[in-house]
Amino acid sequence: MSLDSLLPASILLSSLLPGAFIFLVPEENHLLRGVLNMSGALLKLLLVGVMIWGVFHGHVYETRLTLAPGLDLVLHADALSVLFVTLSSVLWLVTTIYAIGYLEHSPNRSRFFGFFSLCVSATVGIALAGNLLSFVIFYEILTLATYPLVAHRGTPEATRGARVYLAYTMAGGALLLVGAVWLRALTGPVDFVQGGMLTGLHLEHQGQLIAIFLLLIAGLGVKAALVPLHGWLPQSMVAPAPVSSLLHAVAVVKAGAFGIVRVVYDVYGVQLAASLGLLSVLGILASGTILYGSIKALSQDGLKKRLAYSTVSQVSYIALGASILGPVATIGGLVHLVHQGIMKITLFFCAGNYAETLGIHRVSEMNGVGRRMPWTTLAFSVGALGMIGIPPIAGFVSKWYLGLGAVAAEAHWVLLILAASSLLNAAYFLPILYRAWFCPTPETWPEEQIPPRRLETSGALLWPPLITAAFCLLAGLLAAAPFSPLEWAELIARREYGL
Amino acid sequence: MTAQFLFGGAGLVLFALGIWSFLVHEPLLRKLIALNIMGSGVFHLLIATAERGDLPPDPVPHALVLTGIVVAVSATALALALGRRLEEEDPDG
Amino acid sequence: MDSLALAIGVPLIAALAAAAFPARAQALGLAGALATTVASLQVTALVWQQGSLRSEPGGWGAPLGLALQADGLSAALIAMTALVALATAIYASGYFRPGNRPREFWPLWLLLWTALNGTFLAADLFNLYVNMELLGLAAAALGALGGQPAAVAASLRYLLIGLLGSMTYLLGVALVYTAYGTLDMDLVAAALRPGPVAGTAMVLMTGGLALKAALFPLHFWLPPAHANATAPVSAALSALVVKAAFYLVLRLWLDVFTPLVTPAAAHLIGLLGAAAVVWGSWRALRAERLKLLAAYSTVAQIGYLCLFFPLLQATPPGTAREDLLAALVLMALTHGFAKSGLFLAAGLVQQSAGHDRIKELGGTAQHLPATTFSIALAGTALIGLPPSGSFIGKWLLMTSAVQTGQWWWIAAVMTGTLLAAAYVFRVLGQAFNLEPTPRRFLTQGRTELPALLLALTSVAVLGLAARPLWQLLQPGGAA
Repeated sequence: MSLDSLLPASILLSSLLPGAFIFLVPEENHLLRGVLNMSGALLKLLLVGVMIWGVFHGHVYETRLTLAPGLDLVLHADALSVLFVTLSSVLWLVTTIYAIGYLEHSPNRSRFFGFFSLCVSATVGIALAGNLLSFVIFYEILTLATYPLVAHRGTPEATRGARVYLAYTMAGGALLLVGAVWLRALTGPVDFVQGGMLTGLHLEHQGQLIAIFLLLIAGLGVKAALVPLHGWLPQSMVAPAPVSSLLHAVAVVKAGAFGIVRVVYDVYGVQLAASLGLLSVLGILASGTILYGSIKALSQDGLKKRLAYSTVSQVSYIALGASILGPVATIGGLVHLVHQGIMKITLFFCAGNYAETLGIHRVSEMNGVGRRMPWTTLAFSVGALGMIGIPPIAGFVSKWYLGLGAVAAEAHWVLLILAASSLLNAAYFLPILYRAWFCPTPETWPEEQIPPRRLETSGALLWPPLITAAFCLLAGLLAAAPFSPLEWAELIARREYGL
Repeated sequence: MTAQFLFGGAGLVLFALGIWSFLVHEPLLRKLIALNIMGSGVFHLLIATAERGDLPPDPVPHALVLTGIVVAVSATALALALGRRLEEEDPDG
Repeated sequence: MDSLALAIGVPLIAALAAAAFPARAQALGLAGALATTVASLQVTALVWQQGSLRSEPGGWGAPLGLALQADGLSAALIAMTALVALATAIYASGYFRPGNRPREFWPLWLLLWTALNGTFLAADLFNLYVNMELLGLAAAALGALGGQPAAVAASLRYLLIGLLGSMTYLLGVALVYTAYGTLDMDLVAAALRPGPVAGTAMVLMTGGLALKAALFPLHFWLPPAHANATAPVSAALSALVVKAAFYLVLRLWLDVFTPLVTPAAAHLIGLLGAAAVVWGSWRALRAERLKLLAAYSTVAQIGYLCLFFPLLQATPPGTAREDLLAALVLMALTHGFAKSGLFLAAGLVQQSAGHDRIKELGGTAQHLPATTFSIALAGTALIGLPPSGSFIGKWLLMTSAVQTGQWWWIAAVMTGTLLAAAYVFRVLGQAFNLEPTPRRFLTQGRTELPALLLALTSVAVLGLAARPLWQLLQPGGAA
């Protein structure tokens, strides 16, 4: 077994093993738990750095474990998996710091961080899965590991939210499983191949392939919150802020979106999917979701709920990018995988800060909060403006490439969707910014828990959103620099289209 | 040959009677007796197969029946013990 | 000495010793459990090397004497029995309190083990009957150990139903002997000709065994018997005893009555299995008590195993069929480990809370983190989620259903899966509430660890490292 074949497994284990040990850590031993958390996160980042370098230079990293004859658990690093692995490892580190600060005085932290690490391991597994079976395995593990986090607070509300979450994701998992088994029975092992695994095969079962595609997309669409399968996402906002940030902005919904990208590009192949008429189905679903999510977001007064509906809308840009034939649109969709992640996590961190520091949970309570918490509100503004698509923030780059790709593919209706969605984004984000910066400050806050000292709130809460807000700016400003998300998305698109 | 069929046929009839009685009657003792009658039916059939005309009878069925009787007696004893325990706990039921 | 005879003789001698010295029953019982485990695993190891074993203790030879034999299938089940029974014995040594009848427990426990190993190793149909009866007697006596009227009544019913099943089976055996003059399974299989006698014998034997295996709709006796027994006994009844009866059905259909297995007959079993999956899962979802839930889940899990019959029948001999059979065994083993883990954990929950009513179990996650974890892991395996062994089993089951064109079984599997998710998470959802933080992960290692290890085996070991099972089941042995 060479070092190259150990690397994907090590990346997975760097969070899995610390996670398993954290369950055993006595509750009051903050130090040990913190050390386990941080060393796992840093080690993972280091290993991911090695992987980025290797994949860029054409190295092949693959770990293979035979579960049963013909059924292999494969961890395989290609350019697309590296994109998602990097996103989740970087954000895991930031969120871990944030979560340590956020949960400082709350109970059951060993359980929380244990499952938190399991979630990240499952996400990394999804990113690195080299075939459909492995993808399904990690996809289901992610469901299992997130359930306790949504239910973590133990309130009746939390258990209800967790139940809804589970009902949706289990049903989605079942559809995905049936689709995967069916495809496996039809074609043999379904490996993810750049350019599409089915592309080279002689195909006679077109009807079955269409049915399988719909099953797979429906199963993945639950986690990606495609309308009408999105109902769990707003409900599961009862979870603690770090869970909403990392999981519902990054890991879970991205797992679904990432799966859609995998199925379109690496299982069916974009040409075959287009010739079977499947891309237009996906495009309609994605467009509908983009508009519906934005419209629902307009009327939400709960800050986290508004952000949740915004997630519903924004994640579908990724699916939209995948549904347009042509490398430019692909780049737009792929780069949004990263950009939406860093922008949305910033927004959720800030929402958590408002709630923890001042007890603010609603948009209507945010008047003048910019003067009390300027740094948090600054980070929030960067994230919100990025979502609208204001240059030079990351979100602009995504929308620009999606638009260019739509023009190149002569899918002009996409421009309408983009324009309408940007207007709606502005309509639900700008009033928040206006309230925060320009409305007069009230005499008392709903529940001020952290008094202002040198910093507006505790350091562990403040630094993570500032760092991710900086990422949002840098990803936009340095979009042309080597190893930027955009450059990497271009690399993926070149390899997928064989250019 | 006729005797053999008579014996085996009687065994089957006993078995059927036993099943009927087991399914129809509620009291423990009747169920137990029914099971033992079923057992006797099977033993009859086995004994009937032991007959080999002029040759000495086949010893295997005899061994089987003897073992079967031992098993049936132990099972009956355990069932009676459990039934008695139940009656002690709840003399009215 | 003969390793097959040892696997039966060791627990029998230990049972007698534990009965003869009641004051030292627990020490003798634990030592006996350890020795039996070693003897059982030795059988598995030898089958691993040689493919199959056969011996005739006493030297009488067929047809009069006893014959024992082991192949991959029996070796796999013997190994599972050994590990589950050992873990449960360790658990029992910490679970029973004085006055809770531990003395009667140990001899009966070892007797049960003797009968299980005897069933898996028997080479002739009558020897199987004797072992099944011994199994039924030991199981019923163990089930009544708790002493509560409900437990005694359920065990009595269990005993009577078991006897009815055995008598029916025995009539089938008598018919086989009448027709073919032998009881050795290999010889019967070689002599078998399709016809009314063979058909009747197959129906009688399968029917009798289906009653003991609680195949729908003959499952009615199982839930009260398994739910009312004490925890270690429930674990053995659900994980092992039911499997022994199922093993015999499988053995008869695969190896003895092969020419009689028509598509219609196999489909009938499959349909009953599908009904068991749906009905058992539904009743588990409606159950008010944790142990009753676990018991109904056993009905459903036996149903999954039955779904393999029509697929096996439709698959020609070859790799695909071997995979399918291995998937069946893998699901049976996974269920054995998961269900015993679940029952042991449920026993601890019951002991700590004083009851096992699901609605009132709030805060278990705080009182007993490790036990809650065991329930969650076992639940994962019962639902069939990855990375458990039953996930691989279901994956192969469904692949085969697509390939043989019998896609309707997929509907049954998925319905069962979703219902299982609902009943497992109905329990786990109760575990999260506002109670204070637990002090430690493990509070009572001697009882919590066996449950946790069993549940963990069903998920991590059987899900990720099941490949040796395929090698074990190969006709020629692995090595």
